[in-house]
Amino acid sequence: MASVEIRHDSGVAIVALAGEIDLQTSPSVRAAILETLALKQPMVIDLTAVRYIDSSGVASLVEGFQTARRQGSAFILAGVSASAMRVFQLARLDRVFALAETVPQALTQARRGAA
Amino acid sequence: MSTESVIAVESLVTHYGSRQILKNVSLEVRAGEILVIMGGSGSGKSTLLNHLLGLLRPTSGNVHILGQDINTIPDIELTLLRQKIGVAFQGGALFSSLSVLENILLPLREHTRLDRMTMEIMARLKMEVVNLAGFDALMPAELSGGMIKRAALARAIVMDPRILFCDEPSAGLDPVVAAQIDDLILDLRDAMAMSVVVVTHELDSAFKIADRICVLDQGEILAIGSVPEIRAHPNERIQNLLNRRVKPVDLDPEEYLRRLTGGRL
Repeated sequence: MASVEIRHDSGVAIVALAGEIDLQTSPSVRAAILETLALKQPMVIDLTAVRYIDSSGVASLVEGFQTARRQGSAFILAGVSASAMRVFQLARLDRVFALAETVPQALTQARRGAA
Repeated sequence: MSTESVIAVESLVTHYGSRQILKNVSLEVRAGEILVIMGGSGSGKSTLLNHLLGLLRPTSGNVHILGQDINTIPDIELTLLRQKIGVAFQGGALFSSLSVLENILLPLREHTRLDRMTMEIMARLKMEVVNLAGFDALMPAELSGGMIKRAALARAIVMDPRILFCDEPSAGLDPVVAAQIDDLILDLRDAMAMSVVVVTHELDSAFKIADRICVLDQGEILAIGSVPEIRAHPNERIQNLLNRRVKPVDLDPEEYLRRLTGGRL
């Protein structure tokens, strides 16, 4: 089971994900990310409460990140767990994604990027 | 690595007709470990592998995979179970008429209803991981032996399996490429938290990657243990296997000469 919550904080969209992101749940995560990106706001993906993310979830993050880049908006991942980070490192995505340890740090980065 | 088991085999016996292939085999694959199954030709390791994959039902004994009893599991659940298992076959088993990317996409297209873009990113992520980036459009006939093994691995892990099986992953490769495959298997286990079962007769590879080694000979498990335990094992058959000594076959000169001359002299 995974949940997706979207909120807005002074011009930054925060997509908060929780639970397990797998083959069953990643399509709704992908849809939420792409729909929110259509607002063309800087975006923070809060992964703090994600217990597991498989490669379909990672693929959704890659697609969101590239879409944001194409439209020139910030796309920052916050609260990546150690296990998810190992998967990122295996695919060298740790050198591609914009990462922040916490949501407040990600918000600062997103605003700086938008300024 | 935990001691929780992802596969448990108890008192497994398999007959093909009147021939007994596996004789009372018991073993477990623990969560997060790399278990190497070693044995010569005819040791029963291919049959054991087929049981561990849930492809064969035992003549007697039990096989539990991820907690499910293979003897009693309904076919529909067996199909779902197999989606949690990735297999890299010895020869690659790539479809010759499909490109590398299409081969790796195949399990996703078969078993999921994901968006095409998600599937392609998943497949290309695995191609990055196995160092096949940019070879999307190549056909299997255009690949080297090492590339075929890597493509087979990418396809085996494309659905993020809980258990990965590799049948002779480094056989037939030069030592440098074989060592790269070994490193890749170790990295995959560490990053993806999978359990891995490797069938091999390559000693260097087995000693490098194994948490535990299971030595199979003539349908029996001679020993299961850590690399140092197996290397120091007193059993003569194990030492023969490790030192590649061929056991002298009893020779009856009369019978031997009769065989050579076709019984005509």
